[in-house]
Formats: sequence, structure tokens, C-alpha cells
Amino acid sequence: MLDRPRGPDSFPVDRSDLEHLESARPHGWVNPQPAPCYNLVVLGGGPAGLVAARGAVAFGARVALVEDDMIGGDCLNVGCVPSKTIIRTSRLYADMENARHFGARLDGGIDVDFPLVMDRMRRIRQRISREDSVRRLAEEGIDVFFGKGRFAGPDTLEVEGARLRFRKALVATGSRPLDPKIPGLDEAGYLTNENAFNLTARPSRILVVGGGPLGCETAQAFARLGMKVVIAQNEPKFLPWEERDAAQIVSDALAHDGVEIRLNTEVVSVRMEGREKVADLVNGDWKSSVTVDEIIVGVGRSPNVEGIGLEAAGVEYDTVRGIKVDDFLRTTNRRVYAAGDVCLKYKFTHMADASARIAVRNALFLGRSRMSPLTVPWCTYTDPEIAHVGMYVIEARERGIPVRTFTILMHDVDRAVTDGEDEGFVKIHVREGTDRILGATIVARHAGEMINGISLAIGSGMGLRALAGVIHTYPTQAEAIKMAADAYNRTRLTPLIKAIATRWFSWMR
Amino acid sequence: MLAENDAPTETDEALLDRFQRGAFDYFLRWVNPGNGLAADTSRENSPCSIAVVGFALSCYPVAAERGWMTREAAALRTLATLDFFWDSPQSPEPDATGYKGFYYHFIDMERGRRIWQCELSLVDTALLLAGVLAAAAYFTGNDKKETAIRARAEALYRRVDWHWAMGGEGTLRQGWKPEGGFLHYGWEGYNEATILYVLALASPDHPIPDDGYAAWTRTYQWENIYGYDVLYGGPLFMHQYSHAWIDFAGIRDDFMREKNCDYAENSRRATLIHREYARRNPHSFAGYGKDFWGLSANDGPGVRLKIDGQERLFFDYAARGAPYGPDDGTVAPWAALASLPFAPREAISALRHFCARYPGCAREDRLPSSVNPTLAGHGGFGPHGWVSPGYYGLDQGLVAMMIENYRSGLIWNLMKRNEYIRAGLRRAGFRGGWLAEETFGS
Repeated sequence: MLDRPRGPDSFPVDRSDLEHLESARPHGWVNPQPAPCYNLVVLGGGPAGLVAARGAVAFGARVALVEDDMIGGDCLNVGCVPSKTIIRTSRLYADMENARHFGARLDGGIDVDFPLVMDRMRRIRQRISREDSVRRLAEEGIDVFFGKGRFAGPDTLEVEGARLRFRKALVATGSRPLDPKIPGLDEAGYLTNENAFNLTARPSRILVVGGGPLGCETAQAFARLGMKVVIAQNEPKFLPWEERDAAQIVSDALAHDGVEIRLNTEVVSVRMEGREKVADLVNGDWKSSVTVDEIIVGVGRSPNVEGIGLEAAGVEYDTVRGIKVDDFLRTTNRRVYAAGDVCLKYKFTHMADASARIAVRNALFLGRSRMSPLTVPWCTYTDPEIAHVGMYVIEARERGIPVRTFTILMHDVDRAVTDGEDEGFVKIHVREGTDRILGATIVARHAGEMINGISLAIGSGMGLRALAGVIHTYPTQAEAIKMAADAYNRTRLTPLIKAIATRWFSWMR
Repeated sequence: MLAENDAPTETDEALLDRFQRGAFDYFLRWVNPGNGLAADTSRENSPCSIAVVGFALSCYPVAAERGWMTREAAALRTLATLDFFWDSPQSPEPDATGYKGFYYHFIDMERGRRIWQCELSLVDTALLLAGVLAAAAYFTGNDKKETAIRARAEALYRRVDWHWAMGGEGTLRQGWKPEGGFLHYGWEGYNEATILYVLALASPDHPIPDDGYAAWTRTYQWENIYGYDVLYGGPLFMHQYSHAWIDFAGIRDDFMREKNCDYAENSRRATLIHREYARRNPHSFAGYGKDFWGLSANDGPGVRLKIDGQERLFFDYAARGAPYGPDDGTVAPWAALASLPFAPREAISALRHFCARYPGCAREDRLPSSVNPTLAGHGGFGPHGWVSPGYYGLDQGLVAMMIENYRSGLIWNLMKRNEYIRAGLRRAGFRGGWLAEETFGS
């Protein structure tokens, strides 16, 4: 039997966790006898590793999957799945605050039942984990090995004393929260996405360090769950790469939810005073301190490249950017590929999935698929959400591409108004003088759902003119995309065309 | 009281004259005549804002022309102001008046020393210097005072080290503090800073490189909003401050050439978007409509209240914008009036509506910083809701200048003669229109 997986002391918390653990790392699991040689050995059982292993085995390849911790990776265990579950509940509380506005009464007041919120999260995590259970993977024909995998040479990987020889290997070890290196923080203790979701009691006051997607989502959700939240961001705006108006709306939304916003602010040190954590903040020449119960850090992610024998395999890497890969996701060892967070700039689950498919195609099926043509969408799940796909205006302008943006405000979209979700906008950027879509940003309560329509248009080479001809269901919030396309079409009505049409109609009368 | 639907008994010209005079009078009442320092607001113990001094300097020629001040008194006040800025301490000491030719945003009304640990402000220095150059362009007489004004103005402008203010980066920084160095607010997108770049590019001694302006304009976004193609900037003041001095009609930089537009037309469209936003009134704020519009940087109620079952946060002094917000139902009536050169019919209609609908809110023919009618009957506010107490110098100065530009083009014409303005615009890539003429009106 293997050791209990790493993780915070409080895991497993309850029966859902035990069932989740049984699914993601079964008690008493015995590693299989290794095959003489594998077509593919996958190191890492997160989204990229699972997609690769399943894709390869479906075609009859002999596949080994090596996981050090739990199957499912960060996304399932400590990332997207638990955070979105909690965000859903936090939205409910926000809606309850506005109950009267929606024509409902909550005379008894609103009590946040934090243990119940976390209980729901654990149940949902367990439910989703069933799909990727270890036993199911084994039934599909994948040899699942638990233990610390390490390359022993250019075509061999060792795990728990077993030697796995391979024709091809895929490194998909993912990433971990970046250590913010704040003096005193380690001693005082802090939470990251890896353990914040194992809280069982609600802290009264928290400090969120970092104003990227994780920091903003966490700050808003926890504020809505009744915590007093301070967020410190060392940049002048949240989500620094997003456009000004989108970042401003996030800032306004956080302020509305009662989050205390500290922009341009560095957390310079942390210390314990009794049972409280005191963080010293500096904004230019203004120094201040905040006293909180917990500190949650979300300042970026580091690729997991250490301790897996990449040197022995001849795979070059960098501790900041991760494994060095070419456009075909091949590493400096021709037998070894990489996918997901360990080698990508865009550390998203959907990019882990997309890159794993490309890597498997190229590694096993003589494919020549490239990463560079991919249209990459992403979304920050604040309320409203911020979703983006393709180029930003500034990127296009820096490349000398003239850009025109068609903007629809969500307050002009009927369904957004009926739903009381009319904050935000759809902006679609086209090349000036054409209808070619360069990119889009959506700020809306369901922006993550809406952006897919634009990704589809970009991916299939569809322009705004054609998009205007696609019938969208009324009333839906995604109709905003069609409205932007209609706005484009209206600009085609030049004064000359209008003059000709007017003469035509007068002749017809 | 004039009801809105009654035929106006006062002509547009008389109405504008009244409000222009009212706005100008701010500089007679809330300026220290000894050193020319103008108060940020009419409230007790208000410090001086250096930008307000820039507006004041630009308004003295208006007053001299309209007979509200003698030319001699205007020159005397102007020279006192310029002398103060020339003689006041320039050093990295935390209580100086300025450094490297720039000035601190807020200084005390008597000694002119930095207060509130505020920043050495680039854009506010630019607005001050625009006023300094406007004064130099107006006082062209050969007597001792007017000659001295021109010499002082030249010296003040040439002393500014714009290149230093880039802080080693590709664009101008927003400010500097002796305690912490350059500020990092992340200026991105179009805003009121065009005049800052024009002045920084034209400096004979410490200019910024030509590509500094291009680096800034690369962050612009050209958007189709409510059917208008516009270079977006949320609050209206962004479309007004630089325009108070520079007539952008008919002159174009690379960006506007690409878009077949100019910045004056852009301000017109931005104005109409604000009006359309108020007409649509997505947040159902009280009072909003085709004659009650104009979100800008202004005073605010600073309270959090539940109204109609919805929790609403009403900001303090903040920049508000349309259509992306923030919007808390607080409207700046002066912002609509300052749109006069771009959308005269709409601006005058908004002014008449304000006078009729909110009687008593425009005391002594001066518009308040802002009003919020949504708060009427809430939180102890009166029948018109929350009304900003007193007046802000920036608002009054802008209104007086924009009305003058609409009526006579006086400030615009003065600045068209200024060699630095012309050179700065050319270095920024502006061509055509009045810039194509060798000299203007001399």
C-alpha cells in the first residue's frame, strides 16, 4: 500500500472526501506489473495526462499513467471544480441580498452556513471525480501507477521501483501555486487554492494577495459568504492584461460586494500577533497594516519540473517558464512531449486538454499539429465574468493592424435586463475595413458561456457579416453577439448606398 | 421660475453670458490676489489646485475682453501668479512647491507649499502651463507688465524637464513623490492628457521623444457604441480638458487619419453617447433623460444605501463614466454645459432643464460639482436629492473657457498663435486644418 497522499491535514473531511479519495487514489491500490515497453508513458494524471492516456488507449496503444498524488489534478481536486462550486453558492447569497428587487421577501435575514457550503463543494467534487476514477481508467486498459515518477534515461521512467520503458512519453505534471516569498508568511501560515477549499469553519477576516483571476474570484466569493475581505494587488488594476473597461468593472463589482481594494500595494511582511495575522502593506509612501484570520495567496503558478529526472531524459526546462517545447509540443528529447501547465504560458484546463490532444497526435500518429494556430479563450469567474478570445486591441495595434470594435452593452440585451444581469458588454474586434474577427472580450454574468460562440466563429473563419445571418434564440443573453454583428452590418449602409436606395424607392412609388 | 415648456424669455446668448460670468466670478472670490493661487473648491480651508490656476490664467483674458476686469488688473493678477510659480521653491524637498519645473497637485493658498503629501502632478502641471501660455499669447503689449508676463511664461515652460518625467519608460508617468519616486497608475487608453503630450513634445530643452506619443496612442480603442464610432474615454472631462485650449477641429494625427475623424468630432460623439446613455438609463436613476446627462470626475454623496430593495453604493469624489460606468446616479451639470462647442443645442437644452427642474441648485449662476436626484427622500437628503456643497474651481474654469470658445473662439485662437502648441501638435503627427497655415491670425 502506498503512503497517504500529500495535502492539508483536514483532508479527507467527510464521507464525500473518502469516496472522492477512493475514486482518485483507491485505498490498497497495487501498481500493475509493467509491460516490457509502452507506446506511451504519461507522467501526471491531471486533465492533460488523462486526455492523453485515454486518447492513446482508445486507439489500441499500450499506455501507462503515473501519478504522484490523486487522479484529476489541480482542476478537479483543488482548482476549477471546487472554486466554481463555491462561486455558485456565493452568487446565490448575492441574489438573496437583492431578493426584494426581484420581487421576493426574505424577512428572516440571511445566515451564511459555511460548513454547508463546503459540504456541497465536497459532494460535487466527489461526483465529478467518478468519471475519472482510477478503477475506470484501469478497466479502459490504462496501467495506472501511483508514486513518484522519475526519468531514469531517455526512454525509461521509474516509479516505486518499477522501470517503465517507452517509445514515447508525455510530461503533464502541471503546476503549483507560486510562492510569493513574503517575509514571515511561511511562519504565519497561509492558504492557496490547494488548501483554501478544505476550510471547514469560516474565517471572519481574510487578506487576499494578488489581483489576478484567482485572487479576484476568491475575494468576491468569500466576501459574499460574509467574510471581511481585503485584496492587495501590486499592479494599478486587477487582471492586468485585460482591457481597462473590463478590469474597471471587476473593480467596481468587488467594491460593491464590500471588498476593501488595495491597488498598487505590496504585502511586505507578515507576522503573528496572538492568534491573528498582521500583514504590512506598502503603497508608494503609504504604509499600513491589516489584521486578519487567514491569508490567501494567488499570485501565479510555477511549473512542476523539479525532481522528475528531466535531466536524465535530456529534457531542457526552466523553473519559471517550464519545459521547453517546440510548436509541436516536442521537448529537446525527440521521444518526450509535454502538455498542459508544465510547458504552456496559458495555464488553463481547456488548454491542457487541447495541448494533450496535439501532443498525442504528434507523438503516436506521426501528426504535424501545431500549437500556434489555436484560438485560445479564457474566463475569469467573477460576477460579472470576464471572458476573452483572440487578440486584444493593443496587441493588434502593436502589430500595425487597424482595429474597429463593435460594442453592445448588456443593458441593451433584453434577456440580460429581464434576468437583472445587465452589467457588462460584448466587444468584438475586427480588422478595420473588413468583418474579420480578431478577438473579443465579454463582460457579463455568463461571459464564459457566451464567448464560445465567438471562438466558434473565429475558429471556423466566420466574419461578422456571416454571424449577423445566424439566427440566435430570443431572448438569450448570447443574442448580444448577434447584435454586435448587426451593428457591423449597419455601418455598411454608407451615405452613398442610402442615397441610391432612397432614389430607388422614390422611383418605385 | 422658468418652466421647461414655456418659451424661454432669456435668449441663449444672455443665458450663456450669465453662467459664464458666474463661473468666472469664482476666480474673483476664491483666488489669493497676492500670489494668484486659486482654491480647489469654495469650501473652507480648501488648498490651491495648480490645475485650477491654469484655468484662472486662461479666464483673465476672457474677463478683460468682456469687461469684467480691466486689462491692467488682469495683467497684474497674471504677473503675480507667474512670479509666484517662478520664485517658489523647486527642489526634491518634501515641502517644496515643485521639482524639475513641475508642481505639486495641491499647495497651500498662502505660502504655496506642498500639502497632503500629494504627488508632483504631470497632467495638472500641463493644465497650469497651458494657462501660462494662454496668458503669454494674450498679453502682447509692450508695457513692462505684459513684457514681463511673456518672459516669465517662456521661462516657466522651458524649465520643465519632461524627459525626466518618463522615468525611463516609453510614455510619461503620472506623477512623482519625493518619498516613493514615480507613480504607477497605469494610464491606458484615451484621456485628457493630449495637451500634456503636446507640451512635452515641443519643449526646446527637455522634450520627450516623438515615439512617446505614438506609444500612448497605441493603447487607444476605436469603438462603435450606440451606433457612434468613437475613441472611448468614460468620463466627459477626458473629452474636454485638452479641448479647452486646443481647437482640434480639422487637425488630425495618425490615429484620426486612420479613422477619418478628428478629436473635436470625437468629443461631439462622446457627448452624444453620454446623452443617449442617460436616455436609456440602464440603472433607472432618478432624473436621467435627454436633458439630464454628463458623467465626469466630480464630487459624490459617499454613502451606501438600499433603494427599492437594491443595495447601492454612492461614491465620494470619483471619476464616473458612460456607458461602462461607474455610475451611481450622480450627474455633473457643468460637464453637459462644457460640451457646448461640440453639441451646442444639447448643452443649452440641458442647462435650461437643470435651471428649471432643480431650482436653487445653481446659486449665483454657478453650477455645482454634481447632484444625485436618486437620493431624494433617502438618507435625509432634500427634494432634489444630494447636491454637492459649494463649487469646484476646475468646473467653473472649464465652463467659462468652453462658453468663450463657443462664443468667440478666444482661447483657441490665442493658442493657435503659440509656437509651442503648434510645434507640439506637429511633432505628435497632427496635420491639416489651421495647422497647415503658416501662422494664425497674427
